[in-house]
Amino acid sequence: MSKFRKKEKGELPAISTASLPDIVFMLLFFFMVATVMRDSSLMIENQLPSADQVEKLKKDRTIFIYAGKPSSQYKQFGVEPRIQYNDAFITVEDVQPSIYQGISEMNEELQSKVVVGLKVDKNTNAGLVSDIKQELRKANALKVMYIANTKTEE
Amino acid sequence: MAKRAAPEVNAGSMADIAFLLLIFFLVTTTIEKDKGLLRSLPPIDDTEYEPPIIKQKNLFTVLINRNNQLLVEDEEMPLEDLRQAAIDFLDNGGGTNPAGESCDYCKGERDESSSDHPDKAIISMKHDRETTYEKYMDVQNELVAAYNFLREREASRLYKQYYPDAENVYSAMLEEKEKNQFSKDETLNERIETIKNLFPMKLSEAEPDKT
Repeated sequence: MSKFRKKEKGELPAISTASLPDIVFMLLFFFMVATVMRDSSLMIENQLPSADQVEKLKKDRTIFIYAGKPSSQYKQFGVEPRIQYNDAFITVEDVQPSIYQGISEMNEELQSKVVVGLKVDKNTNAGLVSDIKQELRKANALKVMYIANTKTEE
Repeated sequence: MAKRAAPEVNAGSMADIAFLLLIFFLVTTTIEKDKGLLRSLPPIDDTEYEPPIIKQKNLFTVLINRNNQLLVEDEEMPLEDLRQAAIDFLDNGGGTNPAGESCDYCKGERDESSSDHPDKAIISMKHDRETTYEKYMDVQNELVAAYNFLREREASRLYKQYYPDAENVYSAMLEEKEKNQFSKDETLNERIETIKNLFPMKLSEAEPDKT
């Protein structure tokens, strides 16, 4: 019994947690600076294909177009792959006006350097992609980036 | 009035508040890490003109059918062999370019029946509407890899002395260009252009048949 008593005698003072908020705030600021808000919620399945010859994407001059099967919450749109721009499904005919709209929302000096980022589900038919590309050619947005996951070399 | 020391405010919950904010940001934001293959589409040209005659031997055809099988130069080929086949084709150097120069940097077999010069060599790919996008990307990736391999090789042959530590000289050059995008480095740009001209990327895509 006396063993326990002894311990109580030389009790350590409580550890100060005053710097904990500072640490957490530091983390918070890091995340606020390093990340961006999710801008559109995906209504489609979006498993990107992988590639190892990838280049970095310049975010400021990119318009994203998504394509893929409607995900499980949006089953009412069927199972055929659809195109999504911003927050809505669009048809192939709508691609061109959407691109024009996207370009007009951009910085003026970047408008001529516009890149269209295609985020397409890997199980989509390539025919849909070539339809989109045909529309992009009509809209004179000729730079495309097929967005892919970086494949790790085995 | 006698001055009284202000009582200490209990800041114990500050950490909780900060954590709450932190978790909010963790959940609602993403770190941008998009990468991909950058390609240029051909512009739509309405003018009627005779397509230039391309010798069959300067054309490397890649077909992907609806079952994701590859047909390269009329022979079925697994994806793993495509990169090497494309490199062999581009690097063949069997003849001369339009200016009449022979390809003195090519290390290929100089096969009469394969491409004349990297300048003339064209890779043409065609896919079916039913081909999956994944396969399409795999093929694109392999073909771009073939060009990158050859450019990398030429870059280390020509400019290795400027980048002695770099593993891949060409990508080191591109990276440097990316870094000084606000101050143009003429010699660097010139070098990159030189490499690009040694193996110009001539990768054409045919539209899939509407069936």
